[in-house]
Amino acid sequence: MTATPRAGDPVISAALVAEHGLTPDEYVRLCTMLDRTPTFTELGVISALWSEHCSYKHSRPVLKTLPTEAPYVLQGPGENAGVISIGDGLAVAFKIESHNHPSAVEPYQGAATGVGGILRDVFTMGARPIAMLNSLRFGSLDTPRVRFLVGGVVKGIGDYGNCVGIPTVAGDVMFDASYEGNPLVNAMCVGLLREDELIRAKAEGIGNPIIAVGARTGRDGIHGASFASEDLSEENEAKRPRVQVGDPFTEKLLLEASLELIQSGHIVAIQDMGAAGLTSSSAEMAERGDVGVTIDTLKVPVRESGMTPYEILLSESQERMLVVAIKGREDEVKKILFKWDLTAEVIGEVIAEPVYRVTEGDHVVAEFPGVRLVTDCPQYHPEARESDEAVARRARDVHAVPEKPEESDPAWTLERLLEAPTIASKRWITRQYDSTVRTSTVMGPGDGDAAVIRVRGTTKAIAVKTDCNGRYVFLDPRVGGRIAVAEAARNVACVGARPMAITNCLNFGNPKKPEVFFQFREAVYGMGDACRALGTPVTGGNVSLYNENPQGAIYPTPVIGMVGLIDDVRHITRSSFATPGLDIVLLGDNTGELGGSEYLSWIHGVVAGAPPACSLDGEKALIDALLEGIGASHVASAHDCSEGGLAVALAECCIGNEDHPTGAQVDLSPWAALPLRALLFGEAQGRVVVSTANAQALLAIAARHGVPARVIGTVQSASAGFTITVGPRVLRAATDRLSTAFHTALPRAMKKAAAEVVERDPALAGGTR
Amino acid sequence: MKFGIVSFPGSNCDDDALFAATETLRQPAVKLWHKDHDLQGSDVIILPGGFSYGDYLRAGAIARFSPIMREVAAHAQRGGPVIGICNGFQIACEAGLLPGALMRNAGLQFLSMPVTIRVENTGTHWTSRCHAGQCLTMPIAHGEGRYTVDSETLEKVEGEGLVVFRYVNALGETTDAANVNGSLDNIAGVRNVAGNVVGLMPHPERALDALLGSTDGLVLFESVLAAVHA
Repeated sequence: MTATPRAGDPVISAALVAEHGLTPDEYVRLCTMLDRTPTFTELGVISALWSEHCSYKHSRPVLKTLPTEAPYVLQGPGENAGVISIGDGLAVAFKIESHNHPSAVEPYQGAATGVGGILRDVFTMGARPIAMLNSLRFGSLDTPRVRFLVGGVVKGIGDYGNCVGIPTVAGDVMFDASYEGNPLVNAMCVGLLREDELIRAKAEGIGNPIIAVGARTGRDGIHGASFASEDLSEENEAKRPRVQVGDPFTEKLLLEASLELIQSGHIVAIQDMGAAGLTSSSAEMAERGDVGVTIDTLKVPVRESGMTPYEILLSESQERMLVVAIKGREDEVKKILFKWDLTAEVIGEVIAEPVYRVTEGDHVVAEFPGVRLVTDCPQYHPEARESDEAVARRARDVHAVPEKPEESDPAWTLERLLEAPTIASKRWITRQYDSTVRTSTVMGPGDGDAAVIRVRGTTKAIAVKTDCNGRYVFLDPRVGGRIAVAEAARNVACVGARPMAITNCLNFGNPKKPEVFFQFREAVYGMGDACRALGTPVTGGNVSLYNENPQGAIYPTPVIGMVGLIDDVRHITRSSFATPGLDIVLLGDNTGELGGSEYLSWIHGVVAGAPPACSLDGEKALIDALLEGIGASHVASAHDCSEGGLAVALAECCIGNEDHPTGAQVDLSPWAALPLRALLFGEAQGRVVVSTANAQALLAIAARHGVPARVIGTVQSASAGFTITVGPRVLRAATDRLSTAFHTALPRAMKKAAAEVVERDPALAGGTR
Repeated sequence: MKFGIVSFPGSNCDDDALFAATETLRQPAVKLWHKDHDLQGSDVIILPGGFSYGDYLRAGAIARFSPIMREVAAHAQRGGPVIGICNGFQIACEAGLLPGALMRNAGLQFLSMPVTIRVENTGTHWTSRCHAGQCLTMPIAHGEGRYTVDSETLEKVEGEGLVVFRYVNALGETTDAANVNGSLDNIAGVRNVAGNVVGLMPHPERALDALLGSTDGLVLFESVLAAVHA
């Protein structure tokens, strides 16, 4: 059989090919594969499958350098989600994914459908979702557009996750002008499954029926995958229709129905119809199973009449799944879906002939030679060259940046940093997320350096965290990539978890620009270095390129989603000081580094200097020492030093728990030779602030692991205030002043946003009495 | 004593309620499907939290028409204990089992946080083991929890002691700041006249384990165990 055009199909022209995002070379490649001119439907299918988003055509060779194996990895990259064993016959599935472009034009639906998509990636592995995380990046909160985006994204994430009933427990949010116009919205989902219920999205069994389940297919989101594979521009407002619309209620039903289906044993494979919808889900399942498939678009349940095969194949309508069932079990499958008031229709079949065939009734509208549809995708090795600007920024002597007059009192600087949106409490955001549903959240947002979810029926718990400082990556991609992994690992270790594995979401600019591809390649190499050193393989992830707007590329932002394992819930450790009188111990050493710091950026508007050095051996030793100390019950609290440096970390330990603040008396005189602001606010890596009732035992453990450690002070009552002494210099602040700066900064900034909305639409004011 | 937990499409705290009954209280429990007509011998009914029918139209407005709700109403009529938690409270109000209604939070935002509530009435199946004025800390997680009622009914609700819980501060005072969702008179939960049906916005089933931060929800379930065994 061969595919022939439908009546009314547009004629294939150079302009039409370009409109579908194919280069002339790629078009030739397609014609060679088919040995003829493609039909309009085929051109649409290829434009989706060969889009950057689906094909990884610029990134794949670099991604292949990442380590992916460990004895406990049950499923590495290439599936809907990665899976690791946690013992007791249980496993954890997890994955992170971006929804940046849709969120830039339609923040509420863009973020909501991002949550929906990643949930489906996890439950299609047979896992019940147990936690959601979000990594968000926005421009400066000073602009109304950014405040609008923040409000919309947060509400979108909350409304979707809250309704489905999965706790949103952690994440990271940063603000920097580089994300203006191109916010990052990365959603991560973690699920729990029994190892023997793991299911893969691999089409198998000649004659087995292919079933479309869930919501009906509409015209929304057509070409979403291609949209995500180009730079954002002024014209993107016109592409709003490419953004999908989510329905979390249907998602909840689909979640329950899918898990019931998987447990029923009636199906062999299941996959989300995500990016590029029916096209990519069916092609990928066929490719993994090395079989052919045939699909009849007339049988697909549709929401509106008159949809063409082109539209049905490329629709990104949400809350849909593709299932391969065991032949003869069609009725059982339908019965389960109907119980949940969802549709299920047989739309095709697994066939032996190695082709990917789409028909409209009897008319073949697309036919590709089998697996080549996925495997013949072009691959590029773009030029990589560091920009002169990055080299110059890194070389700048940041210690020469003149201090502001107010900085003569370091307490002023500390207060300013605590109210920097990147550092300040994110409670305004996180309290819009249900973090306690499913009654397993031991530590939610703000409780510790990572979130902790207990595993029912065991003594175990899972720790999860996302992280990435894009400024470091911008200044030195290799070091920045290492730090992203190391900090995420340090965070889960601070709560008492052994770092196990990562998923990653690589947010970069246009890879065709040599300086962007350099950032991408070096950052991935850096991540690989750290993953190997820390024993945390990569189990999957997502690449989001073309994060650009007319002002330029975003900071390169490879977000790391780390999963750690706690063997005994008794060892879960919080970040805040709780008990006056305990010793404060610094694990790790102070260095005098200042480059790439939040201090330079927020106080001085300077983005320069080399980011802090990252010793991976040192990080590994630090994690081992910390976990041994926690396991021996010598650690009452642990908090890592990150944005804002040691002074901010110490202050956060005192004020992080708004209801139970403490004070601290700290002496850093042993480091009096270092520049004061670098000692207080520099971001040297590999440091953790610990409170302990048994400092000597902890110092002995640190010494055994070769980790520098020193008692630097004691926890005080809140009324005693916060004091850091460095030789003759003293930073002294009232605890409640620091707390107010930290806890009210974000609500104050966002209050403006609420006022703006009411101004635009006075009718809303009525509800806010 | 057997717990029956109603699963509506979109319920998402039904598993939590099930764990509360079986793991914490060590009692038999069964999930009741919304399309069923049989309470399967349940002694106590929990209408759990979630987003039944996606909260479309209005929270709880569609769920009240589910076939199982006829049986729940009959059970309540017979004096059987029923608790509506969060979305379950909204459903119980929509179904007329409890007075009042729940509107959008005053701040127009979903709120997920621990709150403190004060026990105002111990004459119910669900608070008999509390002492009047006892303060309990447990999480809330809702976007539509602002309790409201018309002034005529309010007189009856307040006059007949139908208010069971109020939002208070750490000192047990009914301040505006403690009234996080803007409820009328800080009302967090109410009862029916007979005292067998109670509804509240906070989640007692999320406050049963010290590991998760609070065990203050336990007293509600101990109360109903005592009430049924009595």
